[in-house]
Amino acid sequence: MAAIIKVEGLTKKFSDRLVAVDNISFDVEQESIFGFLGPNGAGKTTTINILCTLMAPTSGRAVVDGHDCQKAPRMVRKSIGIVFQDTTLDKDLTAYENLAFHGYIYGIRGSEARNRADEALRFVGLHDRKNDLVKRFSGGMKRRLEVARGLMHRPKVLFLDEPTLGLDPQSRANLWEAITRLPKEHGVTVFMTTHYLEEAEVCDRLAVIDHGRIIAGGAPAELKAAIGGDVICLKTADNAKAAAELKQAGIDARATEDGLQITAAKPESVMPAIIKTLADKVLSIRVETPTLNDVFLKLTGREIRPEEAKNADSIKEEVRAWRRKR
Amino acid sequence: MNDLGAIYVIVLRELKKFVREKSRLVSSIARPLIWLFMVGGGLSRLVTARSGIAYTQFIFPGILGMTILFSAMFSSISIIWDKEFGFLKEILVAPVRRSSIIIGKALSGTAVSSIQAAIILLVAPAIGLHIGPARFALTLAICMMVSFSISSFGLLLASFYESYESFSVIMNFIIMPMFFLSGAMYPVRMLPPALKAASVLNPLTYGVDALKNSVFALQAGPMGPDFPLGTDIAVIISCSAVLVFAATAASGRKG
Ligand SMILES: Nc1ncnc2c1ncn2[C@@H]1O[C@H](COP(=O)(O)OP(=O)(O)OP(=O)(O)O)[C@@H](O)[C@H]1O
Ligand SMILES: [Mg+2]
Repeated sequence: MAAIIKVEGLTKKFSDRLVAVDNISFDVEQESIFGFLGPNGAGKTTTINILCTLMAPTSGRAVVDGHDCQKAPRMVRKSIGIVFQDTTLDKDLTAYENLAFHGYIYGIRGSEARNRADEALRFVGLHDRKNDLVKRFSGGMKRRLEVARGLMHRPKVLFLDEPTLGLDPQSRANLWEAITRLPKEHGVTVFMTTHYLEEAEVCDRLAVIDHGRIIAGGAPAELKAAIGGDVICLKTADNAKAAAELKQAGIDARATEDGLQITAAKPESVMPAIIKTLADKVLSIRVETPTLNDVFLKLTGREIRPEEAKNADSIKEEVRAWRRKR
Repeated sequence: MNDLGAIYVIVLRELKKFVREKSRLVSSIARPLIWLFMVGGGLSRLVTARSGIAYTQFIFPGILGMTILFSAMFSSISIIWDKEFGFLKEILVAPVRRSSIIIGKALSGTAVSSIQAAIILLVAPAIGLHIGPARFALTLAICMMVSFSISSFGLLLASFYESYESFSVIMNFIIMPMFFLSGAMYPVRMLPPALKAASVLNPLTYGVDALKNSVFALQAGPMGPDFPLGTDIAVIISCSAVLVFAATAASGRKG
């Protein structure tokens, strides 16, 4: 199938030292779910801002639905819908009004607007709450409403920036279920960013981004296969010392949050060597099939942590609260 | 194409929010009334009425101007927040011209401040000012024009600021001086030369003066209007045109 998003050598420098996006290139196929996986500050939102024509790149090129993001921004805007990382709903308006206003901006009015709003609200399961003020909605409902709004003008590409950030597992599952139906039911290509690994698993293709650079790309299964086998998880009393001893024995171990990891094509043949080297220092040992977290760990030596993102969000939330009081 | 829809939505949204946010509505009406009755009432003991106007009546057009100044400025400057957090980001990724956003914002500022000015106008009989229907209509029309020019000015200012911290700067160094140097509280012709020069350059001066012209239908006494109505309106209209154009150009600059 054809590529609906083409990115070549895209770079965004905020200053000489701060290169948010560093010479990235990738293609996104039509009617697929493309995931941008990376930790905080990796450059995910910056990339989306460029693709959505909100920001000009320092260099490089991005083409969405055949239109150059810099040369024909208005044509690009016709083809896209977006759910921003921070909510942009109008809390003092009802769910329906939010959609109706959105429709107007895209030239959809009258009965057509009503039908589409109803359809979009049903799609995300919010139809029974359509006349409620958005400020009475839960975080998950707001997020689903934003997806409904992003779909209302039937975009070819829907950008979702951390769509499930801060949601409870139940709301995440609900929203996720709606998102995965998009390509088939609506012919929409989904470009999403996340640092939840389980979500990344569902994408058709992934790009792993860190410090503005794409460090790996491919289908989740390919990425996991590239890790070269299964993962042996090991716990010892002194992990650093154990790692040094393993290294001497020619076994490469990576430190994780609560132990060590060793990748092995045939774990059963490596285990005896590990046990022999460390003897009774081993507290526990188990074999896992690799996860995307293991992929990230192997590529960067770090784990992805979703928690830190909350901070920036809560600051923005405080500012909003302050504004409301004003 | 969708630009009219966008303008309509921006104005409609502002109006809906204006009606629903009761506290904003109440405080925006209370401020001018406090000035009118407390400041005006207090100072009227100090300032003896000349040419038949009590001080409370004299400041009435200025209070109308103040209502418009504050509400139009607030409405326009809110674009800074909207750009960063909210609704506006939605429109920025829609196939809509930047200039439509500016026009929409200018018109919504005009709408909410004109409504507030109209409410204040209805209070006029309480201070002994009786404005007939024709003068009422003329005054309201002037209020709209002034609202539009102040809104455009606010949008131009907002285009230079990225963050909400700048708000107090705008408040203290632009809004307050604009108010005090507009002839709202004292006739421009009585000011010391330096302040007078500043007043003559302040666009709001002509707005307030036009309101004086239309509210008092007055012989040129010392407390009366400083300029002819024609001059006032010509200045307001040309200022509006320049400001809205500049605000559009400034907003397009960032893309
Ligand atoms: N407007 C801006 N001005 C200056 N620096 C910026 C701006 N926007 C982002 N940055 C910087 O660019 C880098 C990438 O930010 P970006 O928002 O793209 O990260 P992200 O991958 O979306 O992270 P998160 O998961 O926290 O949302 C960060 O170092 C950030 O501080
Ligand atoms: Mg982000």
